[in-house]
Amino acid sequence: MEEIKVDKKINIKGLICPYTFVKSKIAVEDMEVGEVLEILLDYEEASRSIPKSMEDHGHKVLKVDKINDTDWVIVVRKEKE
Amino acid sequence: MEFTEDQLQRYSRHIILPEVGGKGQKKILNAKVFVVGAGGLGCPVGYYLAAAGVGTIGMIDNDTVELSNLQRQIAHNTKKLGMYKVDSAKDTFEALNPDVNVIGIKERISKDNILNFIKDYDIVVDGSDNFPTRYLVNDACVMLKKPLVSGAILRFEGQVTTILPGEGHCYRCLFEEMPPAGLVPSCQEAGVLGAITGVVGALQATEVLKLILGKGDILKNTLLIYDALKVNFRRVKVPKNQECPVCGENPTITELQNYDAGYCRI
Repeated sequence: MEEIKVDKKINIKGLICPYTFVKSKIAVEDMEVGEVLEILLDYEEASRSIPKSMEDHGHKVLKVDKINDTDWVIVVRKEKE
Repeated sequence: MEFTEDQLQRYSRHIILPEVGGKGQKKILNAKVFVVGAGGLGCPVGYYLAAAGVGTIGMIDNDTVELSNLQRQIAHNTKKLGMYKVDSAKDTFEALNPDVNVIGIKERISKDNILNFIKDYDIVVDGSDNFPTRYLVNDACVMLKKPLVSGAILRFEGQVTTILPGEGHCYRCLFEEMPPAGLVPSCQEAGVLGAITGVVGALQATEVLKLILGKGDILKNTLLIYDALKVNFRRVKVPKNQECPVCGENPTITELQNYDAGYCRI
């Protein structure tokens, strides 16, 4: 499978909703359309709500992976300003 | 500018809105809004604009806080009796949000000072309590092409309209001249249910924030009338009057006039 090129990574472990999304959204706003953001988090609820909210905002969720007992990685591509 | 951690928390419920986001919140933080009056309408307008993070709020009022104000003027309180309203409001708003700079002006607004006061602001809000000021603010905003969010309250009724000079109607398109003093309710007749000021002031603050964000419809060419007793909101269309004496094609009012006509202030 083709490797996804990530332009920016944020670590929001320890944060809960809605700050998980606040941080993710601010990160996306500061990027260019087409760039890819990788989000590392440990709040389970956000592993579902961030992908949904990103799609609602018009961005493309490329990956949601549970990488160990506590952490998830979400990869999102910015699709519009 | 970058948000601080405190700002991300303070404005989180704005930032997560698709129509606001970090970019919209920065627009709000950079906005400058001038509020005429620190009374029934100025208090809730200023309160919500301060909470929203409007960076600069100018506020003019030369009155001091009286006990009879406190039934509706929620930025003031019993410990502030006798204090200038703009000082009281500045205390309240800056305590709510230290991001906000409130510039209080303890003067009566007039044809001689208004243009100088409003020229550096993005948006003007009229929360005044009398017709001469209402017409003065309208004419000044038309002349300087400043967006104006106008509100009024009486008894159980409130009105809101948003004037975008050059694009939509102005107050004189709606009511060309001030009503004769005898037709305006006297002070004894002019009661107001305090909570109405909150409804109308919150509507005005909402209009201001949408103007700053450039989102949604605004009350351009529209007068919104709220009847609290009937629990009814009514929108009345107000077309721009091509023959309006101030914003029409051949205006007859080209400079600010003397507006005072011995009205009873409410």
